Amino acid sequence: MSTDDHAPLIELRGAQKVYGRGEARVAALAGVDLVIERGELVMVMGSSGSGKSTCMNILGCLDTPTAGEYRFAGVDVGALDRNQRTLLRRHYLGFVFQSFNLLARTTALDNVALPLVYRGVRARERRRRAQQALQDVGLADRADHTPAQLSGGQQQRVAIARALVSEPAVLFADEPTGNLDTERSREIIELLVSLNRERSITVVMVTHEPELAVYGSRVLVFRDGRIVADGPPAEVL
Amino acid sequence: MQMLWNAFLLAMSAIRRNGVRSALTALGVVIGVASVILMVDLGQSATRNVTEQISKMGPNLLFVRAGFGRRGAAGTRSAARSLERADAEAISRELRGVTVAPAASTSATVVYGNLNYSTSIVGSTEDYLEVRSRSISRGRSFTEQERSEAAPVCIVGTTVIEELYGTAEPLGTQLRIGRLSCLVIGVLSDKGETMGEDQDAMILTPLATVQRRLLGSDDITDIFVSAASADDTARVKEELESLLRQRRGLGPLDDDDFFVRDMQELASALEGTTSTLTSLLAAIAAVSLVVGGIGIMNIMLVSVTERTREIGVRIAIGALPREVLLQFLVEATVLSVLGGAVGIVLGLVGSYLAASELEMPLVIAWEVVIVAFAVSAAIGMAFGFIPARKAAHLDPIDALRHE
Repeated sequence: MSTDDHAPLIELRGAQKVYGRGEARVAALAGVDLVIERGELVMVMGSSGSGKSTCMNILGCLDTPTAGEYRFAGVDVGALDRNQRTLLRRHYLGFVFQSFNLLARTTALDNVALPLVYRGVRARERRRRAQQALQDVGLADRADHTPAQLSGGQQQRVAIARALVSEPAVLFADEPTGNLDTERSREIIELLVSLNRERSITVVMVTHEPELAVYGSRVLVFRDGRIVADGPPAEVL
Repeated sequence: MQMLWNAFLLAMSAIRRNGVRSALTALGVVIGVASVILMVDLGQSATRNVTEQISKMGPNLLFVRAGFGRRGAAGTRSAARSLERADAEAISRELRGVTVAPAASTSATVVYGNLNYSTSIVGSTEDYLEVRSRSISRGRSFTEQERSEAAPVCIVGTTVIEELYGTAEPLGTQLRIGRLSCLVIGVLSDKGETMGEDQDAMILTPLATVQRRLLGSDDITDIFVSAASADDTARVKEELESLLRQRRGLGPLDDDDFFVRDMQELASALEGTTSTLTSLLAAIAAVSLVVGGIGIMNIMLVSVTERTREIGVRIAIGALPREVLLQFLVEATVLSVLGGAVGIVLGLVGSYLAASELEMPLVIAWEVVIVAFAVSAAIGMAFGFIPARKAAHLDPIDALRHE
């Protein structure tokens, strides 16, 4: 599995995801072509059932398309087995979830260090890098707090630090502000924007809020398993 | 190796995060291991106890009594001819390497001052002490003259002294045995209890004293025979039986009207019983160990379900199925090994307390300790496998959506 730095970071060709057969056949994704280059900040919009989550799962290598092709940095993901896709996630992808998904009763520092455990980083180095990642999201002083001792916005920032700590090529954020109020949502978006600008991390983020989508460099709108709009926020929204 | 160490660290942090539940999970194994160790130790300690009691009574001891023994029908024992002093003399003369002590015993109420105590009175010859491995701690033994004259003299066991004298000096006092006034000339050294019988609750007199002054007959109740060694008892027993059959004029078809018991036989019978009992108890305890393993599986399954989202996150951020499997397998194994270690400590402490409480020798079966520990580790692995595999095969998308 060798990546190609010159190939587009993400390239979907005619991607379909079909569940069931015959009468019960449902196409969650009905043929999607999509190219995302390094450094983009892509906002994904669409109502529930529009296919955006399915598309995110495929892009995140958690799922595979039933037809079509997905290349990640030139690597044909469809040809990889489960273990190889896991390794691809481990080394290149970062995830932020709507419901934070931090380990309970575990300190922020240990939560952030978790991906490094699977990368085989030594304990001392893990601590150092986790501490750095927490500092990057402005929570250096909360390292010893458990999720229960943190606010929702703080928890999501810990989750972002966890996604950042392994220095991923791309960060997938599935409605990261869905459980937060407007003020916290704005902070999270601004954090993601600054990571995208300053660290040139590619960000693909799902959101329902047009006022948050304007922060993106590009907006995709899904409907009925297809992309129906694609362009800068000023054009799409 | 690195992967295993990581799995171990992850498992330890998961165990620490759920301290109380981890302790309860391991409890089954703790109890299982502790009870296996306790049962085996206690069983072996009981066996050792029996062996020690028998060796205290003299492992080369045999005794002969008139009667139909185990083969005779109830009530026929009185019909058997009693033994005579001449039988003892014949045994002593005919058999190689034996020491013989004929004895006449009875029980009587013994009175000193205003206290009385009912105990057994044994009249025997000078070899009695040697044959029964007894000794005199204070005072003296009987003189030849006292033996032949049936003198009213006695040597008293320590239990009798405690009951009648308390702390007063018994030597030189007159003790009343039934109607006979008897001079205390010695004290038997302590022997303690063997086979549930207090060996110190007795009074020893010359044989003729019991025969003539207490029983009024020349009968012998027991002939004690001591073989040269414990290995020799089988031969001595055989020869005793044929000699006595001949002396008592029994034809080839007649049943024995006497019986010979030997301590070796008794010891092996008792050891057999206790070791069977030990195996039985250990088997029951082993079942509880398996039940403990099922407890671990149960809790690990609950834990996997409860931590579905955690597992989803781990898989999403790059944990391989085998790493998830290993984490949960190691977690189950660490739990049961910790349980095993605690169980060993509890089992050993329990054995120690039980042995000192029951006044039995402390026996620790180290091989069982090692086996119990190994089995507890194996149980963790075996019963942790199904939950671990379940965790490893979770689909990350479903797992992350799990409520």
